[in-house]
Amino acid sequence: MDTQYPPIVNGASQYDLDSGKYVRVWQGPQHPGVTGNMSLELDICGDQVVWCKTHVGYLHRGFEKLMERRRYINCFPIVCRICVPEPDTNEYLFAAAVEDLLGIEVPEKAKWLRTLNLELSRLGSFLMWIGGQSGAFGMGTVAQWSITFRDYVLDLFEELSGARVYHMYMIPGGVRGDLPDGWKGRTLELMTRVEKLLDEIRHVMLNNAIFKQRSVGLGIVTADMVDRFGVVGPVARGSGMKRDVRKDSPYLIYDQLDFEAVTEDGCDAYARTLVRWREMYQSIELIRQILDRMPTEGEVHLKLPNVLHLKVPAGETYVRAESTRGEYGYYMCSDGSAFPRKVTVRGPSYCHAMSLLEHLIVGVNIADVHGLMLSLHTYPPEIER
Amino acid sequence: MKELYELLKDRFRLSDFSQKQPVQAWLKVPSDQAVALITHLRDIHGFSHLVMLTCVDWIEQGKFQLTYILHNYHDHKDLGVKVYIDRESASMESIHHLWEQARTYQRELYEMFGISFPGSPGLTDPFILEGWDDMPVMRRDFDTKAYSETHYSHRPREIHEPEEHMKQRMYPED
Repeated sequence: MDTQYPPIVNGASQYDLDSGKYVRVWQGPQHPGVTGNMSLELDICGDQVVWCKTHVGYLHRGFEKLMERRRYINCFPIVCRICVPEPDTNEYLFAAAVEDLLGIEVPEKAKWLRTLNLELSRLGSFLMWIGGQSGAFGMGTVAQWSITFRDYVLDLFEELSGARVYHMYMIPGGVRGDLPDGWKGRTLELMTRVEKLLDEIRHVMLNNAIFKQRSVGLGIVTADMVDRFGVVGPVARGSGMKRDVRKDSPYLIYDQLDFEAVTEDGCDAYARTLVRWREMYQSIELIRQILDRMPTEGEVHLKLPNVLHLKVPAGETYVRAESTRGEYGYYMCSDGSAFPRKVTVRGPSYCHAMSLLEHLIVGVNIADVHGLMLSLHTYPPEIER
Repeated sequence: MKELYELLKDRFRLSDFSQKQPVQAWLKVPSDQAVALITHLRDIHGFSHLVMLTCVDWIEQGKFQLTYILHNYHDHKDLGVKVYIDRESASMESIHHLWEQARTYQRELYEMFGISFPGSPGLTDPFILEGWDDMPVMRRDFDTKAYSETHYSHRPREIHEPEEHMKQRMYPED
């Protein structure tokens, strides 16, 4: 039977790039549709992708190597830079891993403040993502709205921590400070406005015929692929798997909050968009719950000895948290000195952007490649830590 | 987790069990039994999620510690399987047939630590450091400072005495 796909010999497709039927193109590392500096080497036939290889390394700064030569507290300016849209997950996990090895428990109020910070950063990261996802399908207007609102979220972070992007708010032993005066009111007001924005996004994006036509059926991740490819987070939840680290292995005070893991059964890019869009409402609801029930009194930071001379007992640990892209984890190994022996970061993109994307992209129209990448929410610095 | 360890001990030569939290445990297994143990854990005991595969360089003992962290989605427990291999001509059996993402981890470990995983597809393709010809960078004996000093030219810095410098720039006639 004559098909448009090349013949498969020994498990790999065989075709002649000089035949004129196939073209090899590079998408990225500099491309408006690519999330971060990552490139895809694509072989296309007509406008369909027949083969893909992900190339990373354009952002490699050797974070894990740098951390081996720095004291624990000096690693904080490094870890937050592993993920630009959502640095707080990295800060929390690094602090949590150090606290776990030290065997210390942070004060109750610091736990609430950390959870608040994590949810707010999830919301900010989702707002950036929905801009990318809509922009990938030609709806730049939604991107302009959502990035504006992400900036308002960053304003709140600036007020809280003094920094807009890299907050370094969570440090071993707790957080750096309490909420400023009037911050709670301003946050609640912004949450109402974000909710209104999400309602509007539903009309113009989720109900948009073009968006639906292009995203329904794009990048199908079936339930049996989830474990085989190490799929986590909204991508797994978009395939009907009820997996959420916040619910399954509760950390901080997530076990005291009232929420359910969001799932959809579509398995495609549209289902993943719906999951993330609903999770933004969930984050808003969680922020409201936290602000409503947070203790007003109490310490926000433990009294620790001089952190520059901090020696962490020998041992190893793995801590995890739910980021916008799924399970984020830190493995930390200490040899009892003042420097970490080894820190390894497990970013969800490591599985999503490499093996899974290379698998899903075959047969996709070249115009939908961005949409597929964004629907997996890939982010290269997590791969090349 | 202790019961699981006792159960597995009948089949595999396990040692060094440690558990600090109820949901997380670590154990050590010889390298020739590691892949059999991981396959057993995945297929029989529900550890279906490979969280990560990483390596710690214990240069003092001349060993690499490969750490496979597995997660069980039914009871939400983590098991860290530690395998010690020699640093010299380091090699380990591949697990790319168990999880698709394992080949990416093994490709990274090959490039960063020089550990070979025979049979792993695309193992020697450059991952991050294209065109690298020095020793693997994540080994602890790789000195980043010495490398940059030998490979990049030093940019000498001009140092001026501030008062004299500003006088020269603003009132050169005086």
